[in-house]
Amino acid sequence: MSYQLNFSGLLPYLPQFAAGIWATIELTLISTFLGLLLGTIGAAGRNSRYRVARALWGCYVEIIRNTPFIVQLFFIFFGLPALGLKLSAWQAGMIAMVVNLGAYSTEIIRAGIDATPKGQWEAGKTLGLSRRQIFIRIVLPPAFQRVYPALVSQCIIVMLGSAVVSQISLEELTFAANFAQSRTFLSFESYLLTAVLYLVLALLMRQSFAFAAKRLFKNPSL
Amino acid sequence: MSLVSIDQIHKYYGENHVLKGVDLKVAPGEVVSIIGRSGSGKSTLLRCINGLEAYQQGAIVVDSQAVEDDEYKLRLLSRSVGMVFQNFNLFPHMTAGENVMLAPKLVLGQDSKTSRAHAQELLEKVGLGDKFDAYPNNLSGGQQQRVAIARSLAMSPKVLLCDEITSALDPELVGEVLKVLEQLKAEGMTLILVTHEMNFARDVGDTVVFMHQGKVWETGPSDEVFASPQTSELQSFISAVL
Repeated sequence: MSYQLNFSGLLPYLPQFAAGIWATIELTLISTFLGLLLGTIGAAGRNSRYRVARALWGCYVEIIRNTPFIVQLFFIFFGLPALGLKLSAWQAGMIAMVVNLGAYSTEIIRAGIDATPKGQWEAGKTLGLSRRQIFIRIVLPPAFQRVYPALVSQCIIVMLGSAVVSQISLEELTFAANFAQSRTFLSFESYLLTAVLYLVLALLMRQSFAFAAKRLFKNPSL
Repeated sequence: MSLVSIDQIHKYYGENHVLKGVDLKVAPGEVVSIIGRSGSGKSTLLRCINGLEAYQQGAIVVDSQAVEDDEYKLRLLSRSVGMVFQNFNLFPHMTAGENVMLAPKLVLGQDSKTSRAHAQELLEKVGLGDKFDAYPNNLSGGQQQRVAIARSLAMSPKVLLCDEITSALDPELVGEVLKVLEQLKAEGMTLILVTHEMNFARDVGDTVVFMHQGKVWETGPSDEVFASPQTSELQSFISAVL
């Protein structure tokens, strides 16, 4: 146990790390936004009065939740070109993350919706609101608030999971780590630094979500 | 001309025949109390009047609109029929004022200023003018129920259905809610209440409907019904609750 830490060896690769962090942040912001949007639509679909819509959304959710993320990613990036659909690494990585978060958040938001007392729907109905108005104005906001902690965790899981998209040469944080490591053989330093950076990103994300919650949920104790 | 006219309705939950040919006419401005044991079908009857429950036979007409199992028609009907629930069913993420403003804005297309002023007026009417910005979970049960009444009134209904609206309240809070109902009666509002408040039914209500086994067992002016019940079922019910 006489290993000498040599972080200065990584200094020439700081631009790569910086670009990697930025790419990871960008991927995370876009996929969080689109993934939660997809999850909200999915939760509405799972709650639809049409059986076909419920079944289709159910299939989507179960397929994504029961297959590995890396396989989904490879299918989109390497598999779809066989159908003539060629995507860049960015497009494929983004789609894989959105589709993945969409499926998980569908189930999370649906759980929040299912916990809505029947009386809320009835009160909306007797006031003359349409089904859509009841869903968007009355059911959805408290449902979101109920499952918000679970949604935050899922978004962080997706951010951490974005490390996998380095496998299709998308130059995000883990790609930068692999690159520096292969050039310098400073494996310990490269991955220690990368782990710390992911940790910081995750904590920042949690803080941002907590900040957003204060704005979003005016009544903190529903 | 009756405002609510119920003609021989039958309602089944699967095999269970819960309403067995119920007739009821309610005139504008009348206060009708529906009483009876639990399971007698009184809440179900009330919920049929605004279409929350569908019925299988017979007809209900409210304010010359037939109550049918059709989403669009029920939405139109809901402008004439307000409802207050046992558990208030306020929207927890909205303030008292926002609860009252929501439907006038979304359904009637009122602008914020108009609906805000109207909501403030209604909250003052139920004695909660200073609670506009309070969230439901910071209000007592009696206050929540009064907000719920204001919320129904915001749609200017012709008839207000009250489904055991004091049953979830602590005894000392019942009075403040009943006072609002009395005030509404004085203003000429038509009220149909399912209630366990026998004193209120007798002293404030015009008509009492006693339901038993899915039928209107006995009905009449409230003072007469309480003073001289005709059927043995009503006699035993009254002696059990009074």
